[in-house]
Amino acid sequence: MKPSVRVRRVLTRAGVLAAFGLSTLSVAGAQAATAYITNEKDNTVSVIDLDKLEVVKTVKVGQRPRGIIMNADGTEIFVCTSDDNRITVLDAETLEIKYHLPSGPDPELFILHPDGRTLYIANEDDNMVTVTDVIDKEIIDEIPVGVEPEGMGMTPGGEMLVNTSETTNMAHFIDTDSHEIVDNVLVDTRPRVSIFDKDGKRVWITSEVGGTLRVLDGESHELIKKIKFEIPGVNDEAIQPVGVRLTSDGKYGFVALGPANRIAVIDAKTLEIIKYILVGQRVWQLALTPDEKLLVSTNGVSNDVTVINVEKLKAIKSIKVGRFPWGIVIQP
Amino acid sequence: MSFFRTDVPWPSLCTVLAAVFLGVFAFSTFRAELALAREDTLQEIEERKAWDEKRKKLREERRKKKGVQKKKDSPPAEKIRIAFLTQEVEVPPALSNLDPVLTDEGVHGARIAIEDNNTTGTFLNQDYILAEVTVPLGGDLVAAFKKLVAGGHRHVVINLPAADVLALADLAEASEVLIYNTSAPDDALRNEQCRANVLHTIPSRAMLADALAQFLVKKKWKEWFLVTGPGEGDRLFAEAIKRAADKFGADIEEEKVWDFTADIRRTASAEVPVFTQDVDYDVLIVADEPGEFGEYLIWRTWDPSLVAGTQGLVPTAWHRTHERWGAAQMQNRFRREAGRWMTSVDYAAWIAVRSVGEAVTRAKSTDFAKVKEFILGPEFSLAAYKGIKVTYRAWNGQLRERILLAAPRSLVSVSPQKEFLHPVSEVDTLGYDKPESKCGNPD
Repeated sequence: MKPSVRVRRVLTRAGVLAAFGLSTLSVAGAQAATAYITNEKDNTVSVIDLDKLEVVKTVKVGQRPRGIIMNADGTEIFVCTSDDNRITVLDAETLEIKYHLPSGPDPELFILHPDGRTLYIANEDDNMVTVTDVIDKEIIDEIPVGVEPEGMGMTPGGEMLVNTSETTNMAHFIDTDSHEIVDNVLVDTRPRVSIFDKDGKRVWITSEVGGTLRVLDGESHELIKKIKFEIPGVNDEAIQPVGVRLTSDGKYGFVALGPANRIAVIDAKTLEIIKYILVGQRVWQLALTPDEKLLVSTNGVSNDVTVINVEKLKAIKSIKVGRFPWGIVIQP
Repeated sequence: MSFFRTDVPWPSLCTVLAAVFLGVFAFSTFRAELALAREDTLQEIEERKAWDEKRKKLREERRKKKGVQKKKDSPPAEKIRIAFLTQEVEVPPALSNLDPVLTDEGVHGARIAIEDNNTTGTFLNQDYILAEVTVPLGGDLVAAFKKLVAGGHRHVVINLPAADVLALADLAEASEVLIYNTSAPDDALRNEQCRANVLHTIPSRAMLADALAQFLVKKKWKEWFLVTGPGEGDRLFAEAIKRAADKFGADIEEEKVWDFTADIRRTASAEVPVFTQDVDYDVLIVADEPGEFGEYLIWRTWDPSLVAGTQGLVPTAWHRTHERWGAAQMQNRFRREAGRWMTSVDYAAWIAVRSVGEAVTRAKSTDFAKVKEFILGPEFSLAAYKGIKVTYRAWNGQLRERILLAAPRSLVSVSPQKEFLHPVSEVDTLGYDKPESKCGNPD
């Protein structure tokens, strides 16, 4: 028998599966939402209509855009324009640049306090978390942290900030009232993203080079579980966890695995791995739609985003965006 | 008749094929990740320094206003002493007006790593102290080393040639010390002359040659013309190239020794064509570690030809074209610190000092035996701007790392190439692997 026949047969099956995946698209029934994706190498933000699943607009924002979030009422989009050393703020309606915020050097990721006013920014090449008042548009404090700070998570009430530093390999727990570090916890090599769950009981921290996810107790900061990912046929060194998103019903945790080109789905209660979803190349950041029916990943090397049906845990479409898509936020 | 074998169940065949397909797919892409910050200009570096100063002042004012005082009740910080030891060398005659002769290689890397260690140390109440010692030309290196050890230095980072590495490692005073070799690429130091108290954070010649060979063989440029300079280092580099050719299936079609003693800047166009005539090859590999003639082979050969080795396409631990995996940040930090580009020796010194910091932090101990055990153990893992962790080979103390293949203005590839498989770690396809090691270190 010819091996090529075998291969063709497999591909046909794959095709059928893909078609099936697309057909489930309409039943997903996601309510209209808009995703904004920073394209690190294009200096742009791609705007995706998640109803139509297509790019509807691309806007210029400034040099090396990475972290992206929205204000509480969804009227403004904040973008870390890293090489401009500032935050660029867009009007969510018109997508025009409204103003800039001072950030300190090389802002990478940031998080807005529930007060809607205090913005905490990780300065990657400066070992600092800069605190900026977005109303007065001025820096109000700087908090020295470890080398190459990146991940920024916050308790739901905003009492505690957790920042991870890539070279120091620590999670720094910062009291948002006093701006003092109250605890430092060693994690695995090159931590990238830290996030509290909805009730602040657990903190999820990914380590890119260590290849692990650590889940810590939100109060005591003790380790609850360390998850090491293993995928048959994928080299250990290619498994580099970065972005994390948790569903608010406490059911799932999603972890983007970088050059392993997959998203791990984790049972958020038992902390067991349920499955891996194949997406685009070098998947970094993730976002959920407000109804949590869709999960979207940025795939830096394949220059696209992958849309995943959360109920079925299946990838349904990849959408081409700009060069090196990095961050993502979805408008409520 | 059937297209399908009946003895293989279809579902399992599908699974296997899918797994292989996905594996290859994942694998083929995993090196492409990039970081993209552009390099700062000298002016930007200066502006940034000024900005940092201004911010520091503002920060201090804010803290004063807030009434923040240093905690007095905390116990004194634990001190970890690391030494950087080097010796002045005679400056060789200028062969190029482009590159400055560096007399400070390594120390800036060590300083940045100390800063990194201390940032972590702030949170763990540890204080890392770097002693920098440069022994003058003709000075007593051994005495300087002994003095450092007597002063409590158990980790000594050195930028010294192979003979000095051995001279220091064999001292009675060095038995409870770890020496970090940041510059001697000699393979003998990793084999028959290996020492249990020496770690090598610089790649060996065999690792460099293997990294280059893998790339050339992958490109199917397998016929090599080897041109070796007159120096001992040149000869050893050529040996490593020959070993690599053998290991990866390339052929040395012709081998010549370049022993023109004259400065060839003006005469290269006349000399090189004749020298390279009548040889049939894909790539000219040059072994010229001091950089006496290699650059002048390029564009002057008889045939249009590719040049690689110590010049042309070079295998190296660090290069100014490297920007992936966060390296762009390090390049800028280094230029702010040193006012010049980072070299492989600087990078090796950074890794050495960071290794100590990482081991102390992870082993939760400053005890020498515990730190040494941790560095050589399976739990050690250091992120060093290479996309995967760097670790040490327990059998000979050599750092495992990816090797860059760089042209003057672009990073061409990173070895190991994925086509060369290894049962334990791909990176062990570079240099002397455990089964072939002639080092008697117990692991």
